[in-house]
Amino acid sequence: MSLKNVSLLLVSFFMCTVFSQTSFAAPLKIGMVTDVGGVNDQSFNQSAWEGLQRTKKELGIKVSYQESKQDADYPANLETLYDAKNDLIWGIGFKMADAIMIAAKQNPKQKYAIIDYSYGDKTPPNVVGVMFKAEEGAFLAGYIASKMSKSGTLGFIGGMSVPIIHSFQYGFMAGAKYANKKITILEQHAESFTDAAKGKAIANQMMGKGADVLFHAAGAVGDGVIEAVKEKDKMAVGVDRDQNYMAPKNVITSSMKRIDNAIFNVVSELNKGVFKGGKTIEYGLKDGAVDIAPTTTKMIPSVLLEDVAKLKKEIVAGKIKIPNNQKAYNSYLKTLK
Amino acid sequence: MSTIQIIFLFSTTLMYSTPLIFTALGGVMSEKSGVINIGLEGMMTFGAFAASWAAITYSNPWLGFIVGGVAGMLLALLHAIASIKFKANQVVSGMAINFLGLGLAIFFCRIFFEGASMTPPLDLETKIPQIFGQYATVYVAFFLTALIWFIFNKSSLGLRLISSGEHPKGAVAAGIKVNRYKYFGVLSSGFLAGLGGASLSIAIVSNFRPTLISGQGFIALAAMIFGKWNPIGTLFACLFFGFSQALVVFIGGFETQIISSQLLATLPYILTLIILVSFMKKTTAPSALGQ
Repeated sequence: MSLKNVSLLLVSFFMCTVFSQTSFAAPLKIGMVTDVGGVNDQSFNQSAWEGLQRTKKELGIKVSYQESKQDADYPANLETLYDAKNDLIWGIGFKMADAIMIAAKQNPKQKYAIIDYSYGDKTPPNVVGVMFKAEEGAFLAGYIASKMSKSGTLGFIGGMSVPIIHSFQYGFMAGAKYANKKITILEQHAESFTDAAKGKAIANQMMGKGADVLFHAAGAVGDGVIEAVKEKDKMAVGVDRDQNYMAPKNVITSSMKRIDNAIFNVVSELNKGVFKGGKTIEYGLKDGAVDIAPTTTKMIPSVLLEDVAKLKKEIVAGKIKIPNNQKAYNSYLKTLK
Repeated sequence: MSTIQIIFLFSTTLMYSTPLIFTALGGVMSEKSGVINIGLEGMMTFGAFAASWAAITYSNPWLGFIVGGVAGMLLALLHAIASIKFKANQVVSGMAINFLGLGLAIFFCRIFFEGASMTPPLDLETKIPQIFGQYATVYVAFFLTALIWFIFNKSSLGLRLISSGEHPKGAVAAGIKVNRYKYFGVLSSGFLAGLGGASLSIAIVSNFRPTLISGQGFIALAAMIFGKWNPIGTLFACLFFGFSQALVVFIGGFETQIISSQLLATLPYILTLIILVSFMKKTTAPSALGQ
C-alpha cells in the first residue's frame, strides 16, 4: 500500500466520522415525488411543494422534489429519494398508491407519506396516509353556489366516479340543498381528467338546460368548464386551488384543499419526533386543510359571507354531518327540513 | 329532439373535430409523400404551447395561431431530416418527436412563465373570434381540407407529391426531385399539426397545460387511416369521431342513466372499430410508405 492510498484511506475515515457525528443533530431531510402534473401545476403538486418550502423556512428542514413525467416514473423517483437518505418521502396523489406500497415493503425502515390515499387497515407501519375532508370545503362552496344561482339549477362535473371525487360531489350537493332544498343539481362525469373539450361540451349542455353555477372536480377537464362559463358569462366554482385567476369575473369561489397546510402539519409533528405510521390522518376545516378560496370575499355579497362564516363554525363544531358518498347523501337529504 | 339539442350536437361535433381535422390533414400530407408521421401528437403539443405563448405575449390570437403552426413545423423539420436525409426509422423518429414536443413545451413554458408548467389564461378579447357561435378555426379547418383536396387532385404539386410516396424510383426517373416533395409533405404536416394544437389552446380553451394534448394526435392518425389517406374522407372521419363524442356527452346528460358513464365513454372507440372492420375492405396506404 502506497503512502498516497494510506492517506486517502485516512481522509475518508476521518470524513466518515465527521459526517456521522454531524448527522446526529442534522436537520430533517424530506423529499417529495410529484405526480404527472409536475411541481408547478398550479394545483396540488404546487401546493404540496409550497408546504414543504414553508417547513424549510420555518423549521429549517432540507427539502427536495422529484418530478414524474408519466405514471411509470413513480418507482424510480421514490428510489432516488430513498438513495438520497431522506427521513420522510412524500408521494403526492392517489395515483402513487401502489408504488408507495411496494417501496414501503421493500424498505421497512424508511418513512413514507401519501396525499389523498388511505390504505385502511392495510397501511404499513412506516406509511402515513393523509386524507382531506374535501366534502367540508365543497359543502361551503355548494351553499354559496345555491345562494348565488338565479335560475335554481346548478351543475356538477366530475372527472370519474371514484371516492375522492364523490367527496366533492356529495359535499357540494349537500351544501346546495342546505341553502335551498328545492334546488336542481345536474350531475355528469367526464370519465377523464384531461379532456378539456369534453368538459366544455358538458358545461355547455348543462347551461343549455338552465344551470347557471357549475362546479367541477375534474382536473384539466375543468379548464373547459371554466372556459364555457366565461364565454356564456355564467358562474363557476373552482377546485383544489383558488381558480379565480382563470376567469376573474366568473369563478365565484373555489373548494380548496390546503395540501400545503396538511404537509406542514405532518412534517412539524415529525420534527418533534411524532410519526403516525400505519394510520390515515383526516384533515378538515378545523385543521385549515380544506377551505373556500380567499378571492370569494370579492365575488359574493357580504351578507352571504357572514352566513358562510357561521356555517363554518357549525361544521367545525361537528353540528352538521356532511356526506361524502351517495348513501350518506341520501340519508342526509331525509334530515333536511 | 328539440332544436336546442340538435344545435348542441352539431356545435359540439364541430368543436371536438376541429383540432383532429387539422392534425389528420397533416398526417395525410406527410404520408402521401411517403413519410410515416406518428410524431403528430408531439407537434400538436409544442404548437399548442407556442400558440398560447405568442397570443399572450403579443395579445394577438391570429399571430399565436400561425406561431403554433411554425412551432409544429420546426419539430417536423427534425423528423424530415432524420427520416429523409439520414433515412432513419420513421416510427422511431416519430416517437422521439412525441417526447421532444412535450419536453420542449414544458421547458419553454418554465422559462417564459416563471417556472409554471401552465400558461396564464387569455381574455375573451384576445382569443380567436367566433363566427355563428363557432370559433373561426372551425372554418379554417374546412377551408384547408378543400385546399388540400385541390392540391392532390388538381395540381402538379399534389401529383408529384403523391408519386414520391407511391413510386419514388419512377418519380426520380421522371425527373421529379423526390426528396424536395418529401420535405414539403413533412413540413406542411408539422405546420398543420401545430395549428391543430393551437386550435385547442387558444380557441377551445384559453391556456396550455402539459395534459392538454393527450391522445388527439393518435386519434387524428387513426382518422387519417379511416379516411383512406384522402382529405375529404379524413374530414368525415374526424367529424364522425367528434359526433360520437358529442353523443357521449348528450346521452350522459340524460336524467336517468341508461348505461354507466364509464361504458359510455368507450363509445367513440367502439364505433370506430366497428366501422373500420365492416367497411374497410382494403387499406390504401401509399405503397412506398416508410421506405
